[in-house]
Amino acid sequence: MRLAAFLLAACLAGCGVRSAPGPDMGVILAEAPAETLSAYGLFSDIAAAAPASGVVPYKLATPLFSDHAEKHRLVFVPGGTSAAFRKDDVFAFPVGTVLVKTFAFAPDMRAPEAGAYRVETRLLIHKETGWAAYPYLWNEDGTEAVYSPVGGRRTIETISPAGDPLTIKYAVPNQNQCKTCHQASSALSPIGPKARNLNHEGQLDDWAARGILSGLPAGLAPAPAMYDVSLPIEARARAWLDTNCAHCHKPDGSASNSGLWLSATETDPVKLGIGKHPVAAGRGAGTLMQVVVPGKPDESILAFRMSSVEPGVAMPELGRTVPDPDGLALVRAWIAEMDTP
Amino acid sequence: MKLTRAAFALPLAIILAACGQEAVTPAPDAAGLPAPLSAEGDFGATLQAALISAKPGDTIVMPEGTFSLIDPLSLDVDGVTLRGASQGGTVLDFAQQAGAGEGLLVTSDDVILQDFTVRDTKGDGIKSKGADRITYKYLTVEWSGEPEETNGAYGIYPVESTDVLVEHVTVRGASDAGIYVGQSKNIIVRNSVVEYNVAGIEIENSTGADVYGNIARNNTGGILVFDLPALPVSGGNSTRIYSNQIVANNTRNFAPAGNIVAGVPSGTGVIIMANRNVHVFENTFENNRSAHVLITAYSEPFTDPAYNPLPRDIVVRDNSYSGGGDDPQGTLAPLAAALGGKLPPIVWDGVATWAGAAEPQAVNLTIAEAPEVGFLSLGVPAYPLDPAAIAPSPDRPTGTPPAEPAPIVLAHVKG
Repeated sequence: MRLAAFLLAACLAGCGVRSAPGPDMGVILAEAPAETLSAYGLFSDIAAAAPASGVVPYKLATPLFSDHAEKHRLVFVPGGTSAAFRKDDVFAFPVGTVLVKTFAFAPDMRAPEAGAYRVETRLLIHKETGWAAYPYLWNEDGTEAVYSPVGGRRTIETISPAGDPLTIKYAVPNQNQCKTCHQASSALSPIGPKARNLNHEGQLDDWAARGILSGLPAGLAPAPAMYDVSLPIEARARAWLDTNCAHCHKPDGSASNSGLWLSATETDPVKLGIGKHPVAAGRGAGTLMQVVVPGKPDESILAFRMSSVEPGVAMPELGRTVPDPDGLALVRAWIAEMDTP
Repeated sequence: MKLTRAAFALPLAIILAACGQEAVTPAPDAAGLPAPLSAEGDFGATLQAALISAKPGDTIVMPEGTFSLIDPLSLDVDGVTLRGASQGGTVLDFAQQAGAGEGLLVTSDDVILQDFTVRDTKGDGIKSKGADRITYKYLTVEWSGEPEETNGAYGIYPVESTDVLVEHVTVRGASDAGIYVGQSKNIIVRNSVVEYNVAGIEIENSTGADVYGNIARNNTGGILVFDLPALPVSGGNSTRIYSNQIVANNTRNFAPAGNIVAGVPSGTGVIIMANRNVHVFENTFENNRSAHVLITAYSEPFTDPAYNPLPRDIVVRDNSYSGGGDDPQGTLAPLAAALGGKLPPIVWDGVATWAGAAEPQAVNLTIAEAPEVGFLSLGVPAYPLDPAAIAPSPDRPTGTPPAEPAPIVLAHVKG
């Protein structure tokens, strides 16, 4: 009898029947994901994408490239708790934290707000047992998103930020693919919310002022960002690699066995690919011999795989079906300016 | 117990129905297996949904048939068995694959994969990473058509795992290795067929492997035991290769140029490179046109200070050899040409030092074969290779045989 009552209560929560506005901790911490995005109470007006009170928009200094999608990020840290600052790693977010990332397109990505429509929203929720990742797919009307563990594909017709017509076979990852990128050892972890990627436009001070971040050191210098043209090419290229590659290409990531580690803190030239032979790249290496050949971007597997759209060759493996022109240009420039041995 | 379950069953069903979720509990068949997944509709989505919602201990049964899949599959739940109707009866066809590297990726422990075929993936066939106590059995992974550079790299690809069993599988057409076990510990690869791959079976940067009862034929190289620098796990050692048929591995090398196996001369039976404590015995070698057994150092420059590029503590004994050595290929071709065009069954590069090594190192080769079995040290002083500096010798080295590793016992397999 008691069990039935509990299940009924859980079901009502899961079915989106709620009384209090704002984020619903019962839904957030439930063992299973809610069927609908609205059930979490993260939005005061979900159709208008208006976040609920306590749900804070944020931006990354160097965002991951995702087929030119415009990404809207929100963070919710439960009241009375805060994320603990860490210098290099993702902040230590408390249980109950929700990271919300919505992927949107518009008919013309030179004006991404005009006629924008949402395709998917991914939630990363810090449960009692660790982080969990849940994909939600938006309906045609943009009024609700539904839990879609198997992901899917959607054809996007748009115009690229550079003004070229673009057809994207956009892939919504399935729940397991979330882990491919969000892996740290055997557990799931957020990727973006690190000091180096959040410390811009006064954002960390704002988080601290809101009480959702503790331990922020005073006067923290910003880390290099890829779009900061005042910086050397190397710093900008390394920022791009850190965001776009290092979540897998790190000692405890999905590509650990490659021995190619691309985080911004890596200092070993061979681990960065310089003069390194591929290990398990297969046809991904094309006809090339080394990951990075100093001075020669056309002979570098790194640039080759970044420019490819072929499954089995293209890198990153997930999350893009067209190349990132800005990232590719930066990495090629970085390789080109290296001294040849 | 039964009574309690019955009491719970009704309210649970009602509640689940009210939530719009289906409670799917397929009825078991005669063999005690759950009913197969439905073959109707988008089978890839059906299968991936089952792989995501599986609970530890579940068996997922795929129906008979050939299914065209667009997106790759992945399994991240411990203790799941994925099986098809039979090795050739359930075919997952990835010819139209549009995303990601491999056909099926397993990242959980205690998984059994059996009785199906994976065909024409764009990258690797089946990969398992950090997946301990995995079993691959009665599987086929193949690339149809002629062997080509554009085929995926590895057919069956366990990596960074402890306790790996691969048995009764068939892999053909891989542009790197048919069965590749990398950076792993405690491995058995047995009773399998590998053909028309660049490397039939490759054990790389791994410790403790038994490779036996396999047929490696028509690959570029039959069975490879390698250790490579600059990887998270290196120092590969303790592999036994025995009772295999290693026949006519004379397919042209079709590996993409940058891959380490692109250097494998077509026509090699077994290659031991930079690995320690490797025992090759009681195999049948036939008609491998370059050499039946090639023992070599890693020949590229490296900076990894912990890496030893030499083969060490190698035993080759009691194998049978026929034919072969009559048409050496690749890097062996010019060397053989200088020696009359042929090579004996067992060839060692003779390298015992490298740039950065203090002094010549002990390689310790034991060749315990019948007196008529030919051996050649190419007498290469060091890499890079200078053909003018080689000093070939047919004299067998007189090593002290290291103790043979004990048979591998896997935590998840009896007997």
